Amino acid sequence: MSDHHDNVPEVPEEQRKAMASEEPIANPGLPAHLPRPTDVDERAARRAERQVATFFVLSMVCTVLFVVAYFALDIKDGNQETIGGLGASNVALGVSLGLALLFIGIGIIQWARKLMADVEIIEYRHPAVSPPADREETLAALSMGLDESGIGRRPLIRNTLFGALGLMGLPLIVGLRDLGPLPGKKLESTFWKAGTRVVNDVTGLPIKPSDVAIGQLVNAQPEGLVPVAEERPGVIYLEGVELNVEKAKSSLIVVRMEPDDITFSKDSPENWQIDGILAYSKICTHVGCPISLYEQQTHHVLCPCHQSTFDLADGAAVIFGPAARPLPQLPITVDDEGYLVAQSDFTEPVGPSYWERDSQ
Amino acid sequence: MRLLNRSVNGVAGRLSRRRRGPLAGLMVLLLGLILTGTVYAAFTPATAQKAGKSDDQLIEQGRELFLVGCAFCHGQNGEGINSSKGQYGPSLVGVGGAAVDFQVGTGRMPMAQPGQQAGVKKETYTQDEIDALAAYVASLGPGPAIPTPDDYTLEGLSEDEKRAAISRGGQLFLTNCTACHNFDGSGGALPRGRYAPSLKGVSEKHIYEAMLTGPQQMPVFGDSVMTPDDKAAIIAYLKTNEETPEYGGFGMGGLGPVSEGLFAWLVGIGVLVGFCYWIASHGARSNKTLSTTESTEGTEA
Repeated sequence: MSDHHDNVPEVPEEQRKAMASEEPIANPGLPAHLPRPTDVDERAARRAERQVATFFVLSMVCTVLFVVAYFALDIKDGNQETIGGLGASNVALGVSLGLALLFIGIGIIQWARKLMADVEIIEYRHPAVSPPADREETLAALSMGLDESGIGRRPLIRNTLFGALGLMGLPLIVGLRDLGPLPGKKLESTFWKAGTRVVNDVTGLPIKPSDVAIGQLVNAQPEGLVPVAEERPGVIYLEGVELNVEKAKSSLIVVRMEPDDITFSKDSPENWQIDGILAYSKICTHVGCPISLYEQQTHHVLCPCHQSTFDLADGAAVIFGPAARPLPQLPITVDDEGYLVAQSDFTEPVGPSYWERDSQ
Repeated sequence: MRLLNRSVNGVAGRLSRRRRGPLAGLMVLLLGLILTGTVYAAFTPATAQKAGKSDDQLIEQGRELFLVGCAFCHGQNGEGINSSKGQYGPSLVGVGGAAVDFQVGTGRMPMAQPGQQAGVKKETYTQDEIDALAAYVASLGPGPAIPTPDDYTLEGLSEDEKRAAISRGGQLFLTNCTACHNFDGSGGALPRGRYAPSLKGVSEKHIYEAMLTGPQQMPVFGDSVMTPDDKAAIIAYLKTNEETPEYGGFGMGGLGPVSEGLFAWLVGIGVLVGFCYWIASHGARSNKTLSTTESTEGTEA
């Protein structure tokens, strides 16, 4: 500590000369080292020591608080304690452990800044490339190895080796088959068929056209995909995985608008609406998000995933966003008892594009 | 009506002077008013009921308020006004008292200025005035009536039934409402500057009325498809959600990954950057030399 400059390596004489010849302004060198107050004032040093120790003690206190909070705060269901609308246990554990770690960190940094050795160190950069001798030696070893293996002289061995290595990719590709069976025709059909009743999702209530007000939105499912207390005879009710698979394809939105507002494009058959009631697939044709963000005055449905917008008054034509096709429309009619039913399945596959789909 | 009353008054006045006491005219006047009121009540739609004041008084008061505050956009008889630039104010025939109670009761109407959407603001009318306006608009044509507390609360159910209803309300909410109002009821954006408002802190009655009437871009969830019980279940779910403390920690408004990411970037990384500045900052230096017995020649340079 007698001479701080001892710690600063001297810039080699020839290097300094070279730099001086290149630079218009002479290198002033490093500024003189000034000591920190704690280096020269013993009282300041002791004060810093106490500060560091205080942080470490605070950390200990927080750790103890963590343990206390762990046992003291009740987390039993219905009996949780709260702090300002938040779960008391979570808040106490998180804050105490976080502060315990933080105080250790602050203490260490304060220690390093105030009390640990205060010396400047210079490390000069070296070129990253290996010395020429090493490089030549390595290249020589490599070419000697190639020479000794005879891979250049025996093309049969070389080619069969490449063949063997290349073929190693095949098991990987074949193994992909185990990801699952091919979808086949499953994506082309849904649970809807002629005479399937349109029912409310969750409640399972069948819907009469008179129940649907102008401006109404009904999130609907085919009857059989909503579990109900009293099952209707003649209807297949699915459960479990099958139910979820079918529900993912069959979800429906039913809306009603003033019949005069409907502006069907010419290729959409108009007899699929009943007094302004229209039924569309709920599955976005872009990547298959379920959509029911419906604006009743503009008749637009917006997909929250990528902002595809469909105009339900115009056969769900895409008016904005990345979707390529309109939402498939479900042909609906009314059965003998006056409930909304499907005339048939969707006339095209619902949801996003896939390889086997006839693109439109 | 005023003409009729005046003529009755006049006739009564003349009769009283000749044959009866001075109060008879007043009595006849009152009888006439009660009679017209009763007849009016008998012929007004059933949805226009209101306790307290007589119906025709309420409707008359509502009409006066309507002419001052609403007729500019909705027309003098609530028929709506179309201008060359589109609709000024829609027709109010058949929207019912519930729509008025919702729109005026939440301060959305009267609108401060035309725009993509009428926002919530401090309501302009007292509840009595809103009731009068609702009675007047309901008298224009049958529509959904203002719901009663029986409709939008789960009163009368046992504890278990309430729990079942709240859970069903949650399912209904996730199916029908989250698309616009967000999984937590915090609201969300709609196209072209419109938005679905937050459902937090909205009164039960107003949530019920919104589902019933479909204000602005919101679709209608009519009673035949979503029964009053279903609506009450959804409201109970929302209120339970609102009252339940966030045991998992600070929800940051329940807005999803955007607000959480913003918090992580601004607050989390901001604090880290602050620490880095502190670690690397140049601390205090002293010009004093070591005043102990050690050599001090090095520091002079």
